[in-house]
Amino acid sequence: MSDTNENESQIILPDDEKLMLSVSPHISTCETTRRIMCKVLLALFPAVFASVLLFGMRAFWVILFTTVCCVGAEALWCFFAKKPVLNTIGDCSAVVTGVLLAMNLSAEIPYYICLIGAFLAIWLAKQVFGGLGHNPFNPALVARVGLLIAFPAAMTTWGPVTGFSVDGPVKGQCVVQGVMYDTPPAALTAPDAVSCATPLGIVKTTPKILGQGFEAEGNFAAIDDQGKYWDFFLGKKSGCLGETSVLALLIGGLMLIGFKLINWRVPVCYIGTVAIITGAVNYFHPGVTPTPLFHILTGGLMIGAIFMATDMVTSPITNSGCVIFAIGCGVVASVIRIWGNYPEGVSFSIIFMNALVPLIDRLCSQRPFGYVAKRG
Amino acid sequence: MTFKGGIHPAGDGKALSEKSPIQTAPLFDKYQVIVGQNVGKPPKVLVKVGDEVKKNQLIAEADGFVSANLHAPTSGKVSAIAEVPGPMGAAVMAIEITADKLDQAVEPMTALDWQNSDPAALKARVAEAGIVGMGGAAFPSAVKLSPPPEKKIDTLVINAAECEPYLTADHRLMVEEPEKVVIGTAILGKILNVKEMWIGVEVNKPDAIAALEKYAGAYGVKIASLKVQYPQGSEKQLILAITKRVVPAGGLPMDAGCVVQNVGSAYAVTDAVVNGLPLVERVTSITGEVVKNPGNWRLRIGTPVIKAIELAGGVTRQPGKLILGGPMMGFAQRTSLVPVCKNTSGILLLPPELSVEYTSGSCIRCGRCVQGCPMNLVPCLLGCAIESEKFDLAKENHVMDCLECGSCAYVCPAKRPLVQHMRRAKAEIRRKK
Repeated sequence: MSDTNENESQIILPDDEKLMLSVSPHISTCETTRRIMCKVLLALFPAVFASVLLFGMRAFWVILFTTVCCVGAEALWCFFAKKPVLNTIGDCSAVVTGVLLAMNLSAEIPYYICLIGAFLAIWLAKQVFGGLGHNPFNPALVARVGLLIAFPAAMTTWGPVTGFSVDGPVKGQCVVQGVMYDTPPAALTAPDAVSCATPLGIVKTTPKILGQGFEAEGNFAAIDDQGKYWDFFLGKKSGCLGETSVLALLIGGLMLIGFKLINWRVPVCYIGTVAIITGAVNYFHPGVTPTPLFHILTGGLMIGAIFMATDMVTSPITNSGCVIFAIGCGVVASVIRIWGNYPEGVSFSIIFMNALVPLIDRLCSQRPFGYVAKRG
Repeated sequence: MTFKGGIHPAGDGKALSEKSPIQTAPLFDKYQVIVGQNVGKPPKVLVKVGDEVKKNQLIAEADGFVSANLHAPTSGKVSAIAEVPGPMGAAVMAIEITADKLDQAVEPMTALDWQNSDPAALKARVAEAGIVGMGGAAFPSAVKLSPPPEKKIDTLVINAAECEPYLTADHRLMVEEPEKVVIGTAILGKILNVKEMWIGVEVNKPDAIAALEKYAGAYGVKIASLKVQYPQGSEKQLILAITKRVVPAGGLPMDAGCVVQNVGSAYAVTDAVVNGLPLVERVTSITGEVVKNPGNWRLRIGTPVIKAIELAGGVTRQPGKLILGGPMMGFAQRTSLVPVCKNTSGILLLPPELSVEYTSGSCIRCGRCVQGCPMNLVPCLLGCAIESEKFDLAKENHVMDCLECGSCAYVCPAKRPLVQHMRRAKAEIRRKK
């Protein structure tokens, strides 16, 4: 095949030596793991922004420090495990874990707890299982629960919503010994002296403090006040950095759905289940638990349902699996919130359901093309 | 009309060549006709080195039921019968014909009045002309026309979806030769004695649909406008989209009462029956971002790919990959010396920036492959199972039903080589049998 032609000199032909061999398909989407993680970060931005707005610069430093610790922990593990360091941290999954973990901490958290949390998340919850994609549980939630057990006091001490101000607390709802203050009493304005309970924490302790028993109608009058719902929605309530502003979380959730990164069934079924269960209990026994809207607007339900339960790695693959998973999360979270010892059950519910994901995946395995339904 | 699953590749590259009319290639000095280019048994070679052959002369005869005749693409001398680089990578036997440039043809076979012919005679003609599935499979067409008597065939589907990105050969063929395509369909329909004849075309080819519609009615052929969705041209998905029937797992189209033939093959049937000509040429897209003048050419079987690239003006810069077929299921070549075969639907030259070597990451269970799988499999779990060599688990999870369409690997953000995994598992499972 070496016939030469006069005109051939102008025609450039491919050089066989430089041809690449590969298995089909020869084209591929531009989407990569790193791009997915960056999109998740983008969706987290409204919540991050809101937390800084609500809790001040300290929130920003907590988020930054926790994230840096997570990336550092990942790099350190890769160094010890002789894995490619840049490749592993290059997928940006540790950054997402770091931000998510920080969103689960309070603005008052000591930095050493952030550091421990980062190692719990990256080492214990992720890398020991084989790294990204192999972890059965959401790393940020494992770290949160681990910290909750190890540092119960620090993890449940929340500062007031101060607003973005360096002058100390300006506005916040604060409960001191069961008494609700819209603005912290003057004697308590020194930041260190102020410790605020979350609305859910108040719900958990109020009946005991009031000593009226669980059947009393007015148990939650101080906190479950419809006039406060709007504040709850915007984020003017105590809590972890990321769980306060429902508005910011909803914007992030819509972004995730818009980016096609999460299955909308998970947040919808999760929140729906909590609403139905708490609604039913509240309807028959208003003294046992506040209204469903209160449950939706407070605590970690929003961030859990939108950012945690939807984690691709630790949630089911099929649509039907996602529905079962989300309903399970909703049931567990409601049960803990209503009857459990802890005020909040979202993290436990998600970790509990994470453990069931392989079973759910098996249960919901789809029928391949061309098979008929099995009988019997 | 469509199926569940599948993908929509961004930038399908069809614009490069879809407006370019079919040009006929000039005669080249040498042709290398690969002997085993059909699925099944390679035909028996009838010529020896030194023989003079004429165009359309039978040079290799079908050997057994699943085999196909081969004919000389031009007149000249058999200069070698030797191994050449084959399109699947391995070296294969080919008959090399040095053209005498006279292009003298043997007498064509008798033209058949197909409307009044015996279906058996028509079928014999399809076999005689050496027609195979020209979309890529290269399965002998006559075999598909001979379903076992217990299988009732009532529908013929002509696959003109051309869902592979970049390829436009079928598109141009339908625009320029719609009547011959429709007649070919009608002939195949007559052989099978079917109630319904469909030509399935993706809606991104409105000019092809309009051209076919002009003739379809007169021959009782229906045109199905299919949604643009890869792999719409996969037999099972095509049958589902058009007839709403599901081909059972492990089954063939005939199990759903259908026979599927490629549109290029239907065109070749018309030539064989009406004009008495065997299959010695086909329309091929020579395309890709680095091709100087991308377009569609009528190439003789055996044309060296390098000559075809020359026809298109060569390349503007060094390509990263040379692919025979489309970018989703085509085969990357290590040399441009491979010859064109009956199933070479495209000669695709991808630029280096599209030919990147990916590092495969861990599966993040995003589920995109599950959404994309037209066979409703769970490629991510299969990939992990195969990676840890659990072939039994892969078999339990129906890896054998995989079409290797590449939808999963296309959408995978971790760039996992899923098709490679599936092929490996299939090979391992077949070996154990």
